[in-house]
Amino acid sequence: MKALDIALHLVFLFGMPPLLLGVIHKTKAWFAGRSGPPLFQPYLDIWKLLGKGAVYSRTTTWVFRAGPIVSLATVMCAGLILPLISSASPLGFAGDVIAFAYLLALGRFFIMAAALDTGSSFEGMGASREAAFSAFAEPALFLSLAIICIPAGTGTFAAAFNALPWATWGVSHPTYIAAALALFAVLLAENSRIPIDDPNTHLELTMIHEVMVLDHGGPDLAFVLYGSAVKLFITSALLVHILLPVPPAGGWTGAVVLGGGLVGLAVLVGVVESAMARLRLPRVPQFLVGASVLAGIGVAAIFYRGAP
Amino acid sequence: MLTAVLLSMALLCGSGVAAACASRSSRLALAIGSAGSIISSVAGGAAALIALLRGESIQLRAGWAIPVGELHVALDALSAFFLVCVFLVSALATLYGSGYLKAYIGKRRLAPAVAFFNLLVCAMAALVIARDGILFLISWEVMSLASFFLVTFESEREDVRRAGMTYLIASHLGTAFIFLMFALLSRSSGAYDFNAFSSAQLPAGMANLCFMLAVVGFGSKAGFWPMHIWLPDAHPAAPSHVSALMSGVMIKMGIYGLLRALTFMGSPPAWWGTVLVAIGVISGVAGVLHALAQHDLKRLLAYHSIENIGIIALGIGVGLLGQSNGDRSIAFLGYTGALLHVLNHGLFKGLLFKGAGTVSHATGTRDIERMGGLYRSMPTTAMTFLVGSVAICGLPPLNGFVSEWLIYVGAFQGAASLPTAWAVSALIAIPALALIGGLASACFVKAFGVVFLGQPRAETVSSAQEAGKAMRVAMILGALLCVLIGVWPGGAVGLTAPAAVSLARIQAAPSDAIGPLVAITRVATCLVILVAALALLRLALLRGRKVAQAVTWGCAYSAPTPRMQYTAGSFAEPLLAPFARVIHAQVHRIDPAGFFPTKARFEEHLGDPAGERFLIPATRRVVQALAQLRVIQQGRLQLYLVYIAITLVVLLIWQIIEAGR
Repeated sequence: MKALDIALHLVFLFGMPPLLLGVIHKTKAWFAGRSGPPLFQPYLDIWKLLGKGAVYSRTTTWVFRAGPIVSLATVMCAGLILPLISSASPLGFAGDVIAFAYLLALGRFFIMAAALDTGSSFEGMGASREAAFSAFAEPALFLSLAIICIPAGTGTFAAAFNALPWATWGVSHPTYIAAALALFAVLLAENSRIPIDDPNTHLELTMIHEVMVLDHGGPDLAFVLYGSAVKLFITSALLVHILLPVPPAGGWTGAVVLGGGLVGLAVLVGVVESAMARLRLPRVPQFLVGASVLAGIGVAAIFYRGAP
Repeated sequence: MLTAVLLSMALLCGSGVAAACASRSSRLALAIGSAGSIISSVAGGAAALIALLRGESIQLRAGWAIPVGELHVALDALSAFFLVCVFLVSALATLYGSGYLKAYIGKRRLAPAVAFFNLLVCAMAALVIARDGILFLISWEVMSLASFFLVTFESEREDVRRAGMTYLIASHLGTAFIFLMFALLSRSSGAYDFNAFSSAQLPAGMANLCFMLAVVGFGSKAGFWPMHIWLPDAHPAAPSHVSALMSGVMIKMGIYGLLRALTFMGSPPAWWGTVLVAIGVISGVAGVLHALAQHDLKRLLAYHSIENIGIIALGIGVGLLGQSNGDRSIAFLGYTGALLHVLNHGLFKGLLFKGAGTVSHATGTRDIERMGGLYRSMPTTAMTFLVGSVAICGLPPLNGFVSEWLIYVGAFQGAASLPTAWAVSALIAIPALALIGGLASACFVKAFGVVFLGQPRAETVSSAQEAGKAMRVAMILGALLCVLIGVWPGGAVGLTAPAAVSLARIQAAPSDAIGPLVAITRVATCLVILVAALALLRLALLRGRKVAQAVTWGCAYSAPTPRMQYTAGSFAEPLLAPFARVIHAQVHRIDPAGFFPTKARFEEHLGDPAGERFLIPATRRVVQALAQLRVIQQGRLQLYLVYIAITLVVLLIWQIIEAGR
């Protein structure tokens, strides 16, 4: 990778995530006819929280304190593996899609363990739901990854993105549409958006991700907030790479394509949140299994058509 | 090096016998047996490791003929690798056991447990170096019997005796299939020698039959679904260091047997790979779902053994698919992933069983619904249990990730480059591994969280004490090895590569398969640096600020009690609800009703449909069919004499006819 590409990669990865939250909030506000919080409000929220002290429950151990740190570190590490503005990344290697998905799983493990550490039944409930829905989302994620990796012959992001057939996309390769739709469903589930979870709800009984972090405050909550923004950012960036021709060479063109794609996707998430109601909890597994089935059909289509 | 291995086996047996002789003093027996086992495990393991790294291949034929067979042993890459696993896990288990069994001194005679433990390790070592069918079967039988006596350690308990009997029967049913396989092989090759087996050209039909016999026979020891039903009973019944050994390496002897049998059968057809992938998917998913439903900590771990055996089967399946289609890279990745998972599972499952043993010993229960908050009283156990939990979920930067990664990469390549039918088989491994991983994470968050975090749910838990020194050292060593393999996968694959190369029948490890392992080290390093940096940042931010302590936020409810915590059952419920039929849960409940509910009750019984709906009805059929034969068994001596006479006459007539030809 060129120095410029690495610099842009890092700037995007560490700088842009809260902006996506701001775009989603703005979109939702526009739909609701409000003016909404400023676009850069999430940055200010995180900054404010970083400046505060903390209160810890007497029940908790270091696991509770490690949760936000590990979850933020894992999404950052996953962001260093995923190609952003080009088809290369600082930590990419042959077989990196698996490491990407499993790093996200590691972060989730620690957030869930931290939730159980409080001994609160609300947080236990949130962890339980998070565990269930992420387990159902996992096959959909891997089947979608298989769709983009099989034509490349290897489970590697760089090779898979290079093998995407831009000229004939969507016309002769409907499998990518299946992959994109399934990944969008995974994106909504992984980032606790409507219709899986409502990030704005303030009733503990109905929350999933938010209820797991009820007891976190101060810098810990800032890490959690920033970490979930980074997670939204990297899952969106993966989808942008499938939907838009990010130039393999990267550079400023890559930055513009990726940035534009991410903002567009954030608007789309905002539209979905404004236009849809949240699913009843027992319906969520069906939604995610549906995404897996869709991705499964996509994979079947690859084999039906013969070698891609 | 083979001599060194044989000497350490002799020391194992000798110390076992000495321990048995010292049965008067449990303390002495334990000291002798443990010392012998640790010394010989370390020495034998080191010898096997050196042989493995040097690539030695040694044979030893003693002129001493055992009936039908011969005392023929050898050390090749596959044997040496499994020897390393056996001795490594046994050294750690013995170290733990030397502390764990101390609690029984004065309450129970320990000499048999110590002697059978050493005998079990010795039998496993003999098994992997045996190169003669009869010697192999003798070792197999000794291994099964020694472990039976270890399972029934607390034989005064009804459930333990039951578990022991189930184990004994299942194990002998499996052995019957292995007997049959060896008989068929020796018919084709004319001898019981493994060299003769490998050089004999089996006809395709015979090879297929032998393969199926090997899958059923060795699979019942390994715990393939549905032959696993003995496993969730036997593992919890045994003392924890024995569970660690049995789950860590003894069930892997089934995997070793299967791999060794594959070397006798010429080039495999691709459908064998599909069969193993199918077994792997079913065992993996069923195992982890059952595990999720369990509230008995050791039973939960036992079901996870079935899951991990499923992952190993997936790896072997991917390897077979690659090998039969002539793809060196896929074959190598599948086999090496499966072998590394054998070692990894031995390490982290051994670690988890030790943790479970410490916990159940300290609290007097194995029911996780009665635990909680144990982190404060037993931090070392909790830390090592956490390491084991992260490792068994296949999460980076620990060892489980490396082996699952190898299998994933093989499956991705298989899905991309094999002919369609076999590509689909390889592809199925991908979402299956993903689902297994997701469910395993849920299960271990539940197990670790409910046992060690939160507040104690019962009085007994509050007085729990940390494990003794030897036990702590054993657990810490196990945890360190999990970390080591996770951050340095190149070294670990160096151990499995020679065996994987010989299984795949290729010249050398494909460089595109082992090259990226360096990158895993890079990712792990990066992750550790990020975690450390963020932890320092948090410390720096909080310095000088107000950090207060308070009660957990109860959403404005200010008098929470430990009983209000989320339970393990509730935690697993949303995941299990869609699979209620698979886990066969029967719920008896009385819901609270009215304004002043007087009575409420919830009871859940977990079954195993593999046993209840499949194996037990099938066995009953067989028994009913065989009951017809009772007609000839009248219990009268005269009748039996008539049978003997008839048999003799028939034999005479047959001889006469034969002679007349």
